[in-house]
Amino acid sequence: MNSSASPSAAPQDADPTPPLERIDLRREFNDVGIGEVLDQLDRELIGLKPVKTRIREIASLLLIERIRKRMNLTSEVPTLHMSFTGNPGTGKTTVALRIASILHKLGFVRRGQVISVTRDELVGQYIGHTAPKTKEILKKAMGGVLFIDEAYYLHRPDNERDYGQEAIEILLQVMESQREDLVVILAGYGDRMDKFFASNPGFRSRIAHHIDFPDYSDDELLAIAELMLRDMNYRFSPGARQAFIRYIGLRKAQPLFSNARSIRNALDRMRLRQANRLVADLDRVLSTDDIMSLEASDVLASRVFSGSPGG
Amino acid sequence: MRVTQGCFSFLPDLTDEQVSRQVQYCLGKGWAVNIEFTDDPHPRNNLWEMWGLPMFDLRDAAGVMMELNECRKVYGDRYIRMSAFDSSHGWESVRLSFIVNRPKDEPGFRLERHETSGRNIRYTTKSYAVDRPEGVRYGDR
Repeated sequence: MNSSASPSAAPQDADPTPPLERIDLRREFNDVGIGEVLDQLDRELIGLKPVKTRIREIASLLLIERIRKRMNLTSEVPTLHMSFTGNPGTGKTTVALRIASILHKLGFVRRGQVISVTRDELVGQYIGHTAPKTKEILKKAMGGVLFIDEAYYLHRPDNERDYGQEAIEILLQVMESQREDLVVILAGYGDRMDKFFASNPGFRSRIAHHIDFPDYSDDELLAIAELMLRDMNYRFSPGARQAFIRYIGLRKAQPLFSNARSIRNALDRMRLRQANRLVADLDRVLSTDDIMSLEASDVLASRVFSGSPGG
Repeated sequence: MRVTQGCFSFLPDLTDEQVSRQVQYCLGKGWAVNIEFTDDPHPRNNLWEMWGLPMFDLRDAAGVMMELNECRKVYGDRYIRMSAFDSSHGWESVRLSFIVNRPKDEPGFRLERHETSGRNIRYTTKSYAVDRPEGVRYGDR
C-alpha cells in the first residue's frame, strides 16, 4: 500500500472484493462483449425471430445473474440446459455455437467449446460399453456445451434392454450434479422430441429453456441463399434470382425439404453447373463478373423444374 | 512415514482445488492426464495400475476431477497419482506427475541387511505394507 494515498480516497477506489453497491449496466454490457455476439446473431441468421428473442432474454437474465453474483445476492447457478426443437436445416447447430459463445463471455461456461454428438457417440454396442463411452464424451465437453443432435434416438421405446437408457441415466446425473461445469443442449424434430420428453420426464424438468425453431418463409430462404452466395463470392444474375424464387416454391412442395440445408445443396449444384457451362466454352476470355455470377440457365437446369422428385 | 514422490513432493498434500488448477495447467499445455493407483509404495515401483485410459482431448479439469473422485471411491485407501503425458515430437514422455491421494496410515519402510560373501552387507528397503497381500494392504489392521 502506498503511504501517500489519502485515506478518504480509499472507499472510492474500485475494489473487487467487497460486494458491489451500484453498477453501470451499460459498461458491464460492453465489457462482457455479448452485444457483438447478439448483433452478429441478428446479422448472420435470417428470420428465427422467436429464437433471437429467447436468446436475448437468456442473455439478459445471465447478465443480471452475473451482476447479482458480484453483489452477493445469488444463491445458486441457474439451470442452463436447453432443448432446441425444429425441422431440419433451421439453424439449431449454428445457434448452439452462438449460445456457447454467449455463455463463455458471461462466464457461465469456462472454456466455451461445443462438442456435438449423436446417439452413436454416447451409446455402446455391448454390455459395459456405454458408461465409459458416455463419460468420455462428458469429460470432453466439461467446461463447455454438449450438443446432442437428434436426442430422441437415445431412447428406443420398442426395446427396453436398449443401452440408450444407461446413457440417459448418466447424462441426467451429470446434468444435475455438475451444472456449473457443463451445459447440455438437446436438439431434434419437434414431435419426436415431445415423445422423448414424455417418456423421460427427468429430462424435461432438468431443462430450463425450450426453444422452438420455426420454418423459414420463402423470402427468408431467398435471403439465406443470397447471404450464402455472398460468403462464397458468387451472385445471382437478375434472371437467376427470379428463377431461384420459383425454385424455392417448387422445392418446398417436394418431400425431404430441409430448409437452409436444401438451399445450400441447391447452391452447390448450381455452382457445379456454372463451372460446367464455363468450361464448355474454352475459347472465351472470362471476366471476374462471369466467374462470379450464376445465370438463370444454371438454376433452371435443376430437376425440380422438370417435375421429377429430388434435385 | 509419509511417502513423497514426483512433483510437489516437498509441499503438503494438495487440496482438490490445487489439484484441479495443476490439471488445468497440464491441459492448457496439451498434455494428456492419466490417473494411476497402487498399494506398493516402494520408490522403485514405477508400474502403477491405470485408472482407465489416459484422457486425451479434454479442455477442462472438471472431467479429470470427475474421474479422480470415481477412483477415490474405489481405491481411496491406496496411493493415487496424476501424470501428464506430452505427446509432442521430441518429448513423448511424462512431463509432470504428483500424488493426489494416500492411505490414512502409512507404516513406512524397514531396512534389511543381507550378509553376503566375506563380511559384505547388501541393503534392501521393504515396505511394511507389502507384508500383506495386494488389495488388503491398507485396510483395517
